[in-house]
Amino acid sequence: MSFIKPNIRHPEAPKNKLGLSTKSYEGAISTLCAGCGHDSISAAIMQAVWGLDIEPHRVAKMSGIGCSSKSPTYFLNKAHGFNSVHGRMPSVTTGANVANRDLLYIGVSGDGDTASIGMGQFAHVIRRNLNMSYIVENNGCYGLTKGQDSATADEGSKSKKGKVNPFESIDLVALALELGATFVARSFSGDKQQLIPLLKAAMSHKGFALIDVVSPCVTFNNHAGSTKSYDYTREHVQAASVVDFVPMAQEITLDQIEGSTKDVQLHNGDSVRLSKLDDNYDPTDRTNAIHVLHEHKNQDKLLTGLIYIEPESDNFHEILNIPDTPLNQLKEDVLCPGSSVLSSINDSLK
Amino acid sequence: MKATDISNPEYFHKVVDCQYACPAHTPVPEYIRLIAKRRYSDAYMVNWESNVFPGVLGRTCDRPCEPACRRGRVDEEPVAICRLKRVAADNKDDSNVDSRMPDIPKEKNGKRIALIGAGPASLTVARDLMPLGYDIDIYDENAKGGGFMRSQIPSFRLPEEVLDQEVNYVLDMGVSQIFNTRVESLKEVLDKGYDAIFVGTGAPKGKDLNIPGRAEAGDNVHIGINWLESVAFEHTEDIGKKVVIVGGGNTAMDCCRTAKRIGGDEVTVTVRSTYEAMKASPWEKDDTLAEGIPILANHSPKEFLIEDGKLAGMTFSVVESSYDENGKRTIRDTGEVVTVECTDAIMAIGQDNAFPWIERDIGIEFGDWELPVVNKTSFQSTNEKIFFGGDAAFGPENIITAVAHGHQAAISIDLFLSGKSTIDERPAPGTNLVSTKMGIHQWAYDSAVVDDDRQASAHLPVEKALSSRKIESELGFSPEVAFTEAERCLNCDVQTVFVEEKCIECDACADICPTNCITFTHNDGSPLRDRLNAPSLNLETDLYVSTDLATGSAMIKDEDVCLHCGLCAERCPTSAWDMKKFLYTVTKAGDNPAPILVEQTTPRKKKQAEAAA
Repeated sequence: MSFIKPNIRHPEAPKNKLGLSTKSYEGAISTLCAGCGHDSISAAIMQAVWGLDIEPHRVAKMSGIGCSSKSPTYFLNKAHGFNSVHGRMPSVTTGANVANRDLLYIGVSGDGDTASIGMGQFAHVIRRNLNMSYIVENNGCYGLTKGQDSATADEGSKSKKGKVNPFESIDLVALALELGATFVARSFSGDKQQLIPLLKAAMSHKGFALIDVVSPCVTFNNHAGSTKSYDYTREHVQAASVVDFVPMAQEITLDQIEGSTKDVQLHNGDSVRLSKLDDNYDPTDRTNAIHVLHEHKNQDKLLTGLIYIEPESDNFHEILNIPDTPLNQLKEDVLCPGSSVLSSINDSLK
Repeated sequence: MKATDISNPEYFHKVVDCQYACPAHTPVPEYIRLIAKRRYSDAYMVNWESNVFPGVLGRTCDRPCEPACRRGRVDEEPVAICRLKRVAADNKDDSNVDSRMPDIPKEKNGKRIALIGAGPASLTVARDLMPLGYDIDIYDENAKGGGFMRSQIPSFRLPEEVLDQEVNYVLDMGVSQIFNTRVESLKEVLDKGYDAIFVGTGAPKGKDLNIPGRAEAGDNVHIGINWLESVAFEHTEDIGKKVVIVGGGNTAMDCCRTAKRIGGDEVTVTVRSTYEAMKASPWEKDDTLAEGIPILANHSPKEFLIEDGKLAGMTFSVVESSYDENGKRTIRDTGEVVTVECTDAIMAIGQDNAFPWIERDIGIEFGDWELPVVNKTSFQSTNEKIFFGGDAAFGPENIITAVAHGHQAAISIDLFLSGKSTIDERPAPGTNLVSTKMGIHQWAYDSAVVDDDRQASAHLPVEKALSSRKIESELGFSPEVAFTEAERCLNCDVQTVFVEEKCIECDACADICPTNCITFTHNDGSPLRDRLNAPSLNLETDLYVSTDLATGSAMIKDEDVCLHCGLCAERCPTSAWDMKKFLYTVTKAGDNPAPILVEQTTPRKKKQAEAAA
């Protein structure tokens, strides 16, 4: 680990619409292993939030336990944060989201925190379509406890000591699609060109957005035989589409991108632009997405990019008819209107 | 873009901005680190090997290094390099330094060399050639060596003992001193049978101002550099109560501050340019104003006023300067006329080279402005035996440039007298590139970047400073302040060295870099500077471009604002980055690469034995 990061930044560092440079979006210096994919993801999150002109204090960073869940310390140190119990980040986020729906919720979890101990919570938060970005920093191993295989380690992949994993892996993207997630993407920590626009799109999506990010563990899972190493991932990656995030204000000029493109408009007027590698791929068709995903897996390919999006869906707040004003801003007399109102409700139920 | 060839020493040399900007290429970060460790004698020797006059330069250098300093690009102000150098000179252990002077062979090589003028250029030639066994005669019209360092720089800026010590380090090598002797004919010197002659006579002719009243004003109008010399050698001891200085360069600043100390009650500097465009160094202007001397900018001299046959004042036209987009100045007369009363006026409006003593029929070709034709690499004139250096070569510059000329001329003289080409057989620079890695995240330099502001040097109270022209007005840095200032150095000589084969393209270096210098992108021929992670606006600095990596991307590092903090190397899981200290030394005459002085903490063996005996 490194100890000190200089305070000096690039003198001509670009500023976003709020007049802030990326320095305002940094966190503490990382204590993760040098070369950890998680640090790249943190850097991409900073870039995405900065690029969306979101004030750092309008963000809440939520996490569970694990290397991944340490990483919110390393970005957006002006944001709110909650480092919760192992695998329980979704329920804590649900609570926070109910109390203050105005914040941008970025959940950072790992393969252990999501696919093992947190599996139940993961399934239910998807089902509820909670308005949050759920980022899985997926390295296929338990890095914090010396690199044992996790539930996302592929069957047949080898541990650092050479032991072959005998169990079938859990594909979080396939699972999320089955559970009805409204935004499902996969990316790779070593490809920020893809990851940053995906993060921006996820953060702009109204509803639950999952990004499963393959994030190599340089210490325990970056060897030959691993299927989550830098080399293996680069060799097997297959992007469903080249993704770009287009803010609403920006005029759309289609001729900038070669080949066929498709814009998917988000609820707030922003859009995700996909220049498709395969003309038949339609990211708004869930059945087709599941099919293509399995097809790639059978060919030993890792499908990345925006795999599925349902731009208009009812999210948690709408389903439960939660008021537009965050609950934490409502005055006591509104939240607790008194015994007369209670009586009238009781009366109406008689 | 082609991948960078880091085996070319000039690539990393250019990254060390201060050293690259220094005419003598003194390894600045190297000696600053030694100062931080309080190894003042070692720091002094690093300087002395390179610039011969650390004590003088630590007070008077024009500091081309400081505007180049990387700190100035990423922070508000550059490192106070010049004043740090003075700390080394002020705090060195004299006996340690004495014992580390080069050995001078008792057996001479039989070649005789004349040096004309005993200024910084000639003394540097002597310093480089004496250890090689040459017999050297040095001529000067004054009683002591030092040239314009003695005659034109007032003692309140450069105490005599500091100058004497450093001049004597050279003269004590056994140079035969022919002082109080003005050379009136180069032919005569040539006829004495010297194997080579070096002309280092400076730019000795100060300019006069021929405006109405000049003739009548007579001796109350002084030529700046002549007047300073006359004060330095105590031929002039006082001046009238009211003094006007005409000119805005460093000589003008020296003249006014000297006048203020020897009788001038009301001293005024007048300059035709704007205050900002004055040629004087900013710190000299600050010191002048601090001593209560007003500087009247935009004043163009009109005439000398004479009353009762004596100088009574000067009139000036007030002008306005404007600059076009090419930086060309146009001066417009506003019609306003200002009168400044004065009893004496000093002209500090420039100086010229003058060679009335060089015959035109001895094989030296003269070109424009009646200056000799001198080769810019070898400093050799068209008479192969005669070399020029310092201000005498290409016109007025400064001490550090004269020293740089002296080193190069010494190389040429040695090559010439060894029957070698003075152009093609010049020695390569000495270089060294060594990892500073000490432990997992430990480096052999202070990699943390401090936030301290530039430290200010203490001065004597003005009344005390003005009480004598011989009291040094600036006190320099204390060791504590020097440490704070030294730590501001970014160690630009500790290079970020990238090894393509080890890189796994995890982006860790690009993510951690505080100034976003590092980018991984395709190097496919389209302009790279537009595609980097941070704006790349300084086209003067290079891009460090790797060969293509496994994925087809290349590592591109913009050297412009790299802080040399080492975080890229600390965050690299495969040691594809290393922080390596690059030492670049200008090789001196005799093909002797400068010793790597850091290791040289003990006196040379022979001297040690002598001391013991």
